[in-house]
Amino acid sequence: MYHMTSMTDPHQGQFRLSMLLYDSRYRSMTIQIIALIGFLILVFWLISNTAQNLADLGKQPSFGFMSEPAGYDINQRLLDYNSQDTHLRASLMGLLNTLLVAALGCIAATIIGVVMGVLRLSPNWIVSRLAAVYVEMFRNVPVLLWIVFTMAILIETLPAPSAFRKGEAAMKLWDTVAVTNRGVYIPEPLFSNSLGNIHLFGQSSLRFDVSLDLLAIAFVFFGGLFISRIIKRRADATQEATGDRPTTWYWRLGVVVIPTAVVLTLLGLHWGYPELKGFNFKGGTHMRNSLIALWLALSLYTGAFIAEIVRAGIMAVSKGQSEAAGALGLRSNRIMSLVILPQALRVIIPPLISNYLNLTKNSSLAIAVGYMDITGTLGGITMNQTGRELETVLLLMAVYLVISLTISGVMNWYNESVKLKER
Amino acid sequence: MKKSAFLGALTVASIAASAAVAQDASTVDQIKERGKLNCGVTTGLVGFAAPDANGQWNGFDVGVCRAVAAAVLGDANAVEFVPTTGKTRFTALASGEIDMLARNTTWTFSRDVDLKFEFVGVNYYDGQGFMVAKDLGATSAKELDGATVCIQTGTTTELNLADFFRANDMSYEPVPIETNAEAQQQYLAGACDVYTTDASGLAATRATFEDPSAHVLLPEIISKEPLGPLVRHGDNNWGDVVRWTLNALVSAEELGVTSANIGELSASAGDNPEINRLLGTEGSLGEMLGLDAGWAKRAIMAGGNYGELFAKNIGEDTPIALARGLNAQWTDGGLLYSPPFR
Repeated sequence: MYHMTSMTDPHQGQFRLSMLLYDSRYRSMTIQIIALIGFLILVFWLISNTAQNLADLGKQPSFGFMSEPAGYDINQRLLDYNSQDTHLRASLMGLLNTLLVAALGCIAATIIGVVMGVLRLSPNWIVSRLAAVYVEMFRNVPVLLWIVFTMAILIETLPAPSAFRKGEAAMKLWDTVAVTNRGVYIPEPLFSNSLGNIHLFGQSSLRFDVSLDLLAIAFVFFGGLFISRIIKRRADATQEATGDRPTTWYWRLGVVVIPTAVVLTLLGLHWGYPELKGFNFKGGTHMRNSLIALWLALSLYTGAFIAEIVRAGIMAVSKGQSEAAGALGLRSNRIMSLVILPQALRVIIPPLISNYLNLTKNSSLAIAVGYMDITGTLGGITMNQTGRELETVLLLMAVYLVISLTISGVMNWYNESVKLKER
Repeated sequence: MKKSAFLGALTVASIAASAAVAQDASTVDQIKERGKLNCGVTTGLVGFAAPDANGQWNGFDVGVCRAVAAAVLGDANAVEFVPTTGKTRFTALASGEIDMLARNTTWTFSRDVDLKFEFVGVNYYDGQGFMVAKDLGATSAKELDGATVCIQTGTTTELNLADFFRANDMSYEPVPIETNAEAQQQYLAGACDVYTTDASGLAATRATFEDPSAHVLLPEIISKEPLGPLVRHGDNNWGDVVRWTLNALVSAEELGVTSANIGELSASAGDNPEINRLLGTEGSLGEMLGLDAGWAKRAIMAGGNYGELFAKNIGEDTPIALARGLNAQWTDGGLLYSPPFR
């Protein structure tokens, strides 16, 4: 009956005010309430001070400027945009650019990180040292310097379009790809029997075109994948029942490739190649040097951190696991993919989330290379042209908050699905 | 007991809060107390504002800062130069980090009215121009269809550019750059065909190139860019001090007062009453401004009159080699016209 003796009897005497301070049952609550009040006063003071100062300047907080014409052009536009569109639409272009570089960066950083993390544990001395050099070099230099450095290399080493005109440089890969110091021009898919677009949201700032061609291709492709899965399940069932696995790979490949190829042919797929016209290459898809520099630098930088996380995750799996798998006759690459990595993922994913968040937030350094992300549009030109610092910065903070919370939400959900199931 | 102590703390906090909200002292008093003027300039544009090898700031805009410091504090070197980018300059001025901004800033309606600033005058009449490499062969901005254009972001430049290309039904690829140095790097490496900013800035940038003659300024000037110093709303007296310091420099040139003869002219009242009023040997203009009688004399002595500042920093004998053009005195067919000192 230890519990009974350690418990004090319920307080019987009269409550006195001094007990708030001297009675240990109430003291912590008193301190917390005082701290909370102090914090609220501070917040209130900051807000009222800001509001007062803005009122003194005659600047009432207002978000009306978002619906005024932006007046500036943006080079990389994922949707249609011109300088007569609103600041809201310009911000949307910036947001899409941010999301593009963040998504590309997260994918590339993960691949680089996993490869480098595994290589760092390689028994091959040279390979593991090289991986260590990569990690230490990128981890210990500020990412802004890497971004600027990458951009400088692209600008200074690659040929300008004028070099192509003079014949000093030539296009690569049978004249289909142009690598210039303004970016890389690659062939773009074009459809001669295009199905057109669906226009959403009319003429508003959020208008959005959905390509029916893409929808059709995606539908057929994913439908094929789905059927391929059914075939696999059937094969699994047959294997369970009879012990023989029927050969199905040509079926599984066929149901994906053939319908997709048929749809592409029906749509009249052909390629648009870049061509030097006037000052620049025209046609093809233009991956700007600013995007490439930012993407490369962010992925290499974050990849170094991910490599360390992957290494730690792998080392956290006890050696007995790989020895046991080896005793079962598994080859080392299968041990890695079937035994070690699935267990290591549980350790890897939580810190991986924060690295994805870091990469996304670091993408706001884009303006250093002239990449028009949301910090460059909303937090740059729009802020500067409208002079609404407070409003734009608040909006920017809200945008980054929403992006970050979404990323951690998705990754937490994934973490739930791979973590150790305890039943 | 405890309760009252807590309420007391609350009262102290609210008094502190209201004190912080209360109006600040006048800008002139603040500067005098601080002992130096905080003047916002560019991050480095040779001829207008750039530090030399010894870290000493020099240039045409810097000259205005020094003249104001000399007028208010009596020391042309009592200036803290705060380098600002096109993006940070207005925030720096609005927040009080700097007392005045002398950073080739274009006087526009919305900056004056909506951003709550007071442009005190124009110290350089400029316009946006284009610079291209000579071997590109372009002779007019109308031939730039499809070109890649480097722009310094956060300026009126990008809006003028969008308007110009739209009006002429041409396309272009904008490359926004944060500072002049980066823009220069991209332009010289051929990552952009064209560099556009105010024509004076282009001339200044070109002067720093290894081979300035390989680059040409196209004849089109696509905008009006009256550049001038500005202060924030709320202290009209401070605005007057900066405005009339600038006017004193302009008037001094018109009246023939130079740094060479100012000692002699200010020693005693002479024949020209306007010079006397300007230099404080007659009347009490300095007192009206809240300064002493010798304010304008010190401002002019800081770096010379407007013409001397121009000739020394950006004039035809400097590498930047800008002609006076619109920036000549009204008596010489230019636009410089100071209101009278009386």
